[in-house]
Parts: sequence; C-alpha cells; structure tokens
Amino acid sequence: MSFINYSSREINCKIVYYGPGLCGKTTNLQFIYRKTSPQQKGKLISLATETERTLFFDFLPLALGDIKGFKVRFHLYTVPGQVFYAASRKLILKGVDGVVFVADSQIERTDANIESLEDLKINLADQGYELDRLPYTIQYNKRDLPNIVPVAELDRLLNPTKVPWFECVATQGMGVFETLKNIGKQVLKELKKHY
Amino acid sequence: MSDFVMYEEEFRRVDEELRRLYQLANAKLVFLVDKNGQLIASAGDTHNIDTTALASLTAGNIAATGGIAKLLGQKEFSILFHEGDRDNIHISIVANKVILGVLFDQRSSLGIVRLRVKKSTAALTRIFHEMDRKALGENRGRAELSPFAEITDEDIDQLFK
Repeated sequence: MSFINYSSREINCKIVYYGPGLCGKTTNLQFIYRKTSPQQKGKLISLATETERTLFFDFLPLALGDIKGFKVRFHLYTVPGQVFYAASRKLILKGVDGVVFVADSQIERTDANIESLEDLKINLADQGYELDRLPYTIQYNKRDLPNIVPVAELDRLLNPTKVPWFECVATQGMGVFETLKNIGKQVLKELKKHY
Repeated sequence: MSDFVMYEEEFRRVDEELRRLYQLANAKLVFLVDKNGQLIASAGDTHNIDTTALASLTAGNIAATGGIAKLLGQKEFSILFHEGDRDNIHISIVANKVILGVLFDQRSSLGIVRLRVKKSTAALTRIFHEMDRKALGENRGRAELSPFAEITDEDIDQLFK
C-alpha cells in the first residue's frame, strides 16, 4: 500500500527483500546505503542480534528524485531469514508494494530457497496478497562462489512465472542496483495502472 | 488493497489537531504514522530526530505488539507506553488505521498525555473517516487529480537512469 501525500507532494512505496537466512538481504541494503549520496538516503536501521543476524527488520529510506513534481521515495525493508522468525516476517509484508526474492545460489541452499519462497507465498496470502499479482523480482545472489547451481536450474526451480531476475554478488554490489531499479520501475508502473 | 491518499485539506486538519495536542499535552513531539511505517505528519521539535526512522520503528513496534495480541487471542493492544530515563513515549492506534505517537518528558505526565490523546483520537478519527468517505466518493473522478495521470513509462524510466 503506497502512501501518496498531496500536501508534501510525496509518493512513498514499500519494497521488501525476502529470502532464506544468510542469502544476502541485509548485504543488498548495506551496499545501496554505501553507494547512494547522503541527500538521497536516510539512516539504515538494523534491528539485529549481537551476531549481526537480522532480528526484526532492516530499513532504508531512499529518495529517488521527482516525477511531475512529486518526490518519489522507496522504503526498503528486509525480513529476518531464519525459519523461526516466521511471525516477524509476516508483519513486515504488511502494506508491501513490491517484493525482491533473494535466492542463495549455493547448491546446499536449494531446499532453503524453495522453502522460503513457499513461506513468502503463504505469508502474502495471510495479508491478502498474491505473489503473482505483485511487482516481483528475483535475485540469484552469491554468483561468485564455486559451488553454485546454474542459473537455468535456479530459474526452473524458483521462477515458474518468468518474472525478471538478476545474477548478483551483493558483497561486491554486482546486480544490486539492477535489481532495485527493476523492482522500483515495476512498482511505479503498477501504481500508475491503478490511477 | 487500496492505497493511502492524503489531500491538502485533510492534511491541514490533521496538522492542526497534532499542533493542538502538542501544546495541550505539553509534549516534545507528536507524530502520526500509517501502519506501514510512513510518516504522515508531526508537530514539535524534530530537529535532532530522524522522523523517518522513528515512523518505521514505531510501526514495527505496533506490528510486533499486535502479533503478540493475536497470539494471546486479543484483537490488539491499542496503547503502548515506554518509559525512559528522560523521555517517555506514548503510542496509540487511531481509527484502526494510523498510529499516534507522543514524546514527552517530566514537564508533562502520563495522565495528561493519556487524557489529551483520548480527545485528539476522537477528532482524528472523524477526519480519517471523512477521508475514507471522500476517497470512496471521488474514486471515479480521481484520475485527473492523480500525479500518475500524466506520468508516462518514459518518466519512470528516466527516474532510474
């Protein structure tokens, strides 16, 4: 659910990065935070444990620029990936405008990816959404590691509806902005359809 | 799910009510956030406070407490109160839709804040209900008002260059 404020002339949208534990959701936000200018971004808030695992969410507000006199702002959120934080994950999806699913390309994380994607669908349904009807982008992360599943195979497993996908190395920033741009465009085009 | 749209007139009325609450409750800061964590309006000294982060965390707080309520078979916990060394924060849900936060210190008290919040909640609820009605009524004529009416796909692409 986007928030359009005619008084301050702002359009605010919420994008959630979803995926299994340690797939690189927080790393995506950290890279975006590092590479954007201070005028564009707010504080990166991380509610994390002492071992830097996301406990509740990370949050990064990002101002992209103006469209027809309206300031466009994206609020980027990550969910905690670990299985037992299911209740928290559900809460963060509330009011989402677009989803990025970050998949971990490592062979041993294949089941975790599938499980997380199922979890995403269930949690969205609980909030009254359908993944197929939301702006949605997939990111195949950790493409620099040696033990990875080929993209074609990942795409077969995780992307039956053929949504846009990007290969990524979030630690180095490869594919991070491409993913963000893609989901951002989808979200705005979807909003445009409604008005 | 419908989007949350706020027009100039309602914004002015909300803003006015927040200012009134800010003064009458002798607060340091009063703010209104939608349940998804987006700041709608605020009154008071925001100089040293990152209000965007404050909004997101407040909504997270309400969401987490709402999760606990659900687990315990409650509809929601409609008021939260956090007491600090110096500052305290009173958070409540208004019209099932938005979150009202009041930051205050020893110059005010929990009693006065609760009383004033109750009165402002009634006023804000009226505004938000009117907004809902207006949104329903204007659905058809909305296209010409929308910033999206004139936005082309090229404009969107341009934004991401």
